Amino acid sequence: MGRSLKKGPYADPKLLAKVREMNARNEKKAIKTWSRRSTIFPDFIGHTFLVHDGRKHIPVFVTENMVGHKLGEFAHTRLFRGHAGQQVERRSGIK
Amino acid sequence: MARIAGVDLPRDKRIEYALTYIYGIGLSSSRKIIAQAGINPDTRVRDLTESEIGKVREILERDYTVEGDLRREVALNIRRLIEIGCYRGLRHRRGLPVRGQRTKTNARTRKGPRRTVAGKKKAKK
Repeated sequence: MGRSLKKGPYADPKLLAKVREMNARNEKKAIKTWSRRSTIFPDFIGHTFLVHDGRKHIPVFVTENMVGHKLGEFAHTRLFRGHAGQQVERRSGIK
Repeated sequence: MARIAGVDLPRDKRIEYALTYIYGIGLSSSRKIIAQAGINPDTRVRDLTESEIGKVREILERDYTVEGDLRREVALNIRRLIEIGCYRGLRHRRGLPVRGQRTKTNARTRKGPRRTVAGKKKAKK
């Protein structure tokens, strides 16, 4: 939401270069990255990224549907263990 | 009588507003349609001629996604967000606001009626 069309989508140049190189060489290995702000380009499809969530790297496998989102949207930064004094509820099917 | 886009037939209203009874047509698209069809916005639905109704139908069919199709489109978009496991999808799953609104208070539209949580009494002194 909100970036000027004139500028086009943004992804960290370093990350883009890495992906392009891997595509050229036809290899697939997980790329560790801190660049949560990078948009997922169509070139990224099929790669796995280890996206930093502030503490560790979360593996994100990119599918076609994810193009146009940012890497950070797939590595959640908040860990919620429930409110204080809350009994252990039956957590059914959430998350 | 005036049955446009499936099930909608508000009768005694001016078409300008009557068209907004169709899911996916608001006041501004309604006005655009009427202008394009060359109808006076003050005409009541029951006074519309057959050809005017035909014109509106044609415009709707050609340029607008409406009712069931639109609902399906929206539902599919949401399902996509949920399936790819992104942040917005998670918010939909949890029934919480999706666009970064505060949830400490308010957000009742998404969260539904209040469920009071027991405990948390004021400290007595």
